[in-house]
Parts: sequence; C-alpha cells; structure tokens
Amino acid sequence: MLDLMSGFVVELRNAGLPVSLTENLDAMEAVKHIPIEDRDAFKYALATTLVKNEQHWKAFETVFEVYFSLRGPEYNVLDEEGEIDEDSLEEWMSQQMRGMGGQGSSEDMSPEEIAEMLFRALMNADEAMMAAMARAAVTQFAGMEPGRPVGGTYYLYRTLRNLDLDGMLDRLMEQAQERSEGDMTSLQERLEREEFENRIEDLKREIEAEIRRRLVADRGVEAMAKTLRKPLPEDVDFMHASREEMANIRKAIQPLTRKLAARLARKRKHKRKGPLDFRATVRQSLSYGGVPAEPRFRNPRPNKPELVVVADISGSVAAFARFTLHLVYALQNQFSKVRSFVFIDGLDEVTHMFQDEEDITNAVHRVNTEADVVWVDGHSDYGHAFGVFWENYGSEINSKSTVMFLGDARNNYHATNAWVVKETAKKARSVFWLNPEPKSYWDTGDSVITEYATHADAVFECRNLRQLEGFVDHLA
Amino acid sequence: MGDTMFGDLASVRDGLKDVDYLADDGIASVVFLAEKLGKPVLVEGPAGTGKTELAKAVASMTDARLIRLQCYEGLDEAKALYEWNYKKQLLRIQADRGSDANNEDWTDLQDDIFNDEFLLTRPLLEAISAEEKVVLLIDEVDRVEVETEALLLEILSDYQVSIPELGTIEAKQIPIVFLTSNNTRELSEALKRRCLFLHIDYPQLEREKEIVLTKVDGISDNLAEQVARIVRSIRQIELKKSPSVSETLDWARTLVLLGVESIDVEQAKESLHILLKYQSDIEKAAKELTVEG
Repeated sequence: MLDLMSGFVVELRNAGLPVSLTENLDAMEAVKHIPIEDRDAFKYALATTLVKNEQHWKAFETVFEVYFSLRGPEYNVLDEEGEIDEDSLEEWMSQQMRGMGGQGSSEDMSPEEIAEMLFRALMNADEAMMAAMARAAVTQFAGMEPGRPVGGTYYLYRTLRNLDLDGMLDRLMEQAQERSEGDMTSLQERLEREEFENRIEDLKREIEAEIRRRLVADRGVEAMAKTLRKPLPEDVDFMHASREEMANIRKAIQPLTRKLAARLARKRKHKRKGPLDFRATVRQSLSYGGVPAEPRFRNPRPNKPELVVVADISGSVAAFARFTLHLVYALQNQFSKVRSFVFIDGLDEVTHMFQDEEDITNAVHRVNTEADVVWVDGHSDYGHAFGVFWENYGSEINSKSTVMFLGDARNNYHATNAWVVKETAKKARSVFWLNPEPKSYWDTGDSVITEYATHADAVFECRNLRQLEGFVDHLA
Repeated sequence: MGDTMFGDLASVRDGLKDVDYLADDGIASVVFLAEKLGKPVLVEGPAGTGKTELAKAVASMTDARLIRLQCYEGLDEAKALYEWNYKKQLLRIQADRGSDANNEDWTDLQDDIFNDEFLLTRPLLEAISAEEKVVLLIDEVDRVEVETEALLLEILSDYQVSIPELGTIEAKQIPIVFLTSNNTRELSEALKRRCLFLHIDYPQLEREKEIVLTKVDGISDNLAEQVARIVRSIRQIELKKSPSVSETLDWARTLVLLGVESIDVEQAKESLHILLKYQSDIEKAAKELTVEG
C-alpha cells in the first residue's frame, strides 16, 4: 500500500500537480479511515487531501484510474495468470441477458446483438448493463493484443466506430417519439435528446476506462501513466492544442479573467498612497488641537493605460490572438480605452465588434469571420500590415498608449517594415511584443522577431495561459 | 478525544439527508474525513451551490452551535479573533484611583486589566473556547487580503489562539471548520495546505431533482424532473452566469405557485428571468430553447 501510494504521489507530481509533503501525509492518514473497497470514497479521500485546485481534478482522475483501476473486487478483469477472465465475464453477461428476457447464450454475441443490448441499456438507463456492454464491446471490437505499441485512443476509435453511436442516438430518439405517440413538443424533444446524449457520454467514458484498465494490465502502471500524462489547462501550448484542449482553455479563461480583474482592482486600491493632501491633513489636525498628528494623503491617480492591440490572426497563431483578445476585453475596465486591430496581410480595426457585442465569444467569432484582413493571398505579411497600420492609425498613438503586438513574426520572407515598430515606440508609452512560439524557435526560418524586438520595450514568450496571465498582471 | 461523532460514511450521508441536505459521495466523504482527521474543509464552487448550506446542515446534524465569521475586505484581528475592551479597562483603572491609591502595584493592576473579564471574544476565539460542540463557518474567505489570511493559519492548524498578554488559549474541543470561497482569487498555499479541499459543482441531474423534491413543497415528480432537465440544458449554453441551485429552487417554487403541471416553451421563456440574471443571458437562453428542439 505504501509503495502504491508513494508511486501515485510521484506520478501526480510528474503530471504537474503541486503535492506537498504534509498533503501526502494527510492522504495517508485519510485512507486509514476509508475502506479501500469503497472505491468512490477512497478516490474522494485522496482527492480532498491532494488536489487543491479544481482545474487539476481531471489530471488527478486520470492518474487515479491508472493506479487504482485494478484494485477493487468488482473490477477484477484479471485472474491469477494475468489472462483476461473471459469465462466469468461471459457467465455474468449471460445472466444479465437472461434477466433481460433471454435471447440465447452469450457464447458468440454478434455485433448486432451487442448493439441491440446496448440500445436497451441506453434506453432504460441501466448502468450495470451499460458497463457490461462496454466491456463486451471492447472485447469484441477493439482487437486489443498484448504488447502492441499503439495508444489507447486507437482502440477507443475502433470500438466507437463499430458501435455507431450517432445512429444509436437517432434510434433512441425514434423510440422515444414512438413511446409518447408523436405528441412531443420541441422542448421535450430537446430535453430527451440531451438525456440520451448524456447517457452515451457515460458509455464512452465507461469504454475508455475499460480500455485503460486493460492497457494497464498489459503494460504496467508506470508506463501507462506516462503515456496518459497531459499538461494542465494552464500549461497547454496555444499553438499545438487539440480541439478538446482548446475547449478546456476556453473554460479556464473565464474564471481566470475574473480572478485577474479582482487582483488588479485590489492592487490598485492598496497601492502606495499619493502625495500629501494638505486640506485633509489640516482638517484632521483639528481633533488633535491643531497638531498635524495624522497626515492625510491623496488617493493616487489610477494608472490606466490606453491599450492598442495589433494581432496576427493567420492560421498558426489565431488561437493565441483569440485568447489574448478575449482576456484583454474581459479586463476592459482596467484600461481607459482598448482599441484592437487584426491582420493577416491586410489590416482592419475590430474595436467596434467588441463594443457592439455584449458577449465576448460572439465578438471573437465575428472578428474571425467579418474582419477584412486579406490583402493579396492570405499569407502573413507583417510588413504590409504594419505599413497600413502606421498610415491610417499611426497619428492616433500618443504618450498614453501601450501598444501590444501579437504574433510569431513569421513574415514569409516579405519586407519587415520594422521602422513602424520603431516609430510607434517613439510615440507610445510602451510597446510590447507577445510571441506564442517557444523561444528556441525565434529567428529560425522566416521568423524575424529580433528585427521587431530591438524596437519594442520587451518581448515575451507567451505560449500558454499561465504566461499570458503573468503578462497581463504585469501590464495593468 | 473520542471521535465517535460519525460511525461511518453511510451514517454521514443519511444524517445530512435527515436535515434536508442531499450530499453526493464526494461531499459525504469529505465531511466524514474532516471530523476523523480534525481538519478544516475548504469548500469552493460557483455561487449558490450550497456551500454555506453545507456548514449549516452539518451543524444541525451534529446538534452543534454554528459560529459564523463573514469575511470582507478590511477584516482584522479585532473583528475576527479578539479585542481588549479598553473602555472597561479605563473604568477599572479610574475606579482604582478613587479608592486607596498608590499602594497597589502597577503589575497587579496590569494583571488585573488583562484578563478574561476584559476580553471581547470574536468568532474565532469564541469557537475555540466554547465548551459545547461547535461548527465554525468562515464564509467567503477569498474576500480578505492575502495578509489577513495569515490570521487564520494558527487556528486552522493547531486550534489555538495566542494572545500576547494572556498566553495561548487552546481549544477545549476540536470544532468542525468550514471555509467557503467563491474563487475570486487564488488562496495562499499555506492556507490550502492546511485544509481538505472540496469542490461543489452544479449537481448531477438526479441529485438536482432530489433536491427540488425535498426543498419545494407540493411539487410533482414529473415537474421536478422537467425542471432539472431544463436547468441542465440551460447550463450547457455558454452564459455569463449559469443558474445556481438556489435559483433552480426559486424557479420550481414559482412554477408550483403558478399551478404549472408541465412546462412548455412559452412558460419556460416567461419565467426565465428567475433563473437568469442578465438580460443577454435570458435572450440567449430563450433563443436556444425555441430554435433547437
């Protein structure tokens, strides 16, 4: 048990969770009070002592599944020899089948039978049955072979393809329609669909867990944990995020902006006081008989920069620009004014889109679809875009403006027009450049970041939410 | 100290259910462990999911007194821990002067004015020095400044309060402590490390339905199911503020009062303003509910 726990904690740390020694000890203490057979309670006991941030829950859960998946009695897929215990599984299944109305034995379940039973299980929300079917489906369709060096996603894909869950959803809906004899309102229908979608999600998760269990049995815990290790949402690289990770980042950005706004407001309030307020001091002194015992200070003038964001939204860095715009606009009231421009090889102002739309997500969507940013061929041309920027808006930069350029400075070997950054820097209060590429890639290939960087006040590598947050904190 | 307050996990869950708080497995396990390990619980989650309610429920389940400290910006020692009742101390000194002065020693007087009689206890000290069972609720701890958090550390890890003039006051019994946070800022590591962590999210469909059934009088099973499903559906839309459990309950009560048996789209749209508090959210949800279907 001790070995297992320490391995578990090491893996959590590898996954990026900050687990301190005391927390580790607490976890040890906690599991003493919880019977390990109660798997859920055991999981919560570990979670409550080890995970202190909701964002990390998913990472914890994955590691937990890997380390403790084979240890509950009802999860005994393996017998002593380490073979998959087909017999008892089959037997249990056939019992289930008989309970369902008994269509023959389960010796050779055809794909159709599995689909049929799955359909029933989903229809009746029968959880035990769903779990059993998930197992059957994995046995039947995934084609898992010991020692085969493919990832779990491959097996998952194979299983799901064979199950045709989209078709299943349609069938379920039809069935539900029939049941209510066709008089379903659209609202009911929507609710019903969501219910089924939910159940199918559950099933997918069950299948995934099943595949993971078997892989763990095959490859061992450490190896498996390593392959499943994923970066935490705040550490996911903007440039290489998968769709699922993107969704996670989007979810994480909302609480982040709220926190950041609260922090900035607080920082402003508690900052050093301003210059002596003579009038207030004199008035205060009256209560001490005219002795100015308690000096009063003016509240400092809030330092609210005027922000000008110039963002590259060409394919490779679009996600980064989107998140940055999102963040900046969520913090709008921390700045006296925000103006935003987007470009690929042409440049367009998009400030009005953010002002019209109350919802930032919509606005970002509009930026991507409506902004007129293509000049010739839709490949990044920083030089031309900057030229346009300077010509049309350069005169509006003044000593209050803070200008942020966002982009990887991959210019497709066009002219750089770096003088625009130089001139901007002369007029503006400060100029920052945020680059979503890792530092080691800067100035390789067609990246010309240094040419721009020499004129900017500072250049930041900004690959993930954590770095972005740090920058905005520094800015406001 | 005999921790026989809770027998096992199941008894915690049932106990909470008896006081009309429907806990899921996670909540029950954490409450159980909090008592077993004698550790405070940091409860986090969106507004209106029953964080404060949990503390109240535990208090009434264990027949303990609930002591509540509401946090706010600018909270200090004098409001959270203890304060010397200096007016009374002054009176004491003056009363002394009136009688036979001078022969009393200054140290005697000092001992005299710095004792329990002149101490005003504030929630934290009160929770520690109480004789009976106590549940201490430190509400919205994320509202105090980072520096003020440090005030809580001594009491949370050692259940004691040090008063320079009096020495250390140790707890007579270990209170069950809940801290709630709306997560408007990151709490310090030091605080988090000392606590068990519990995140209460919006409940699953079944649990929400159960909650509606227990808390709303005279609601039919069918209506509760519909309410829970619609609320889940609305939560899936990207909104500024998703409906919380308390708003779900308000909505269910409204529907019952209106005598609604089964919700149709029109009724749902008309009463959306109870669930959602932003005009843009209401419009968005109304659009979603009618268009897709």
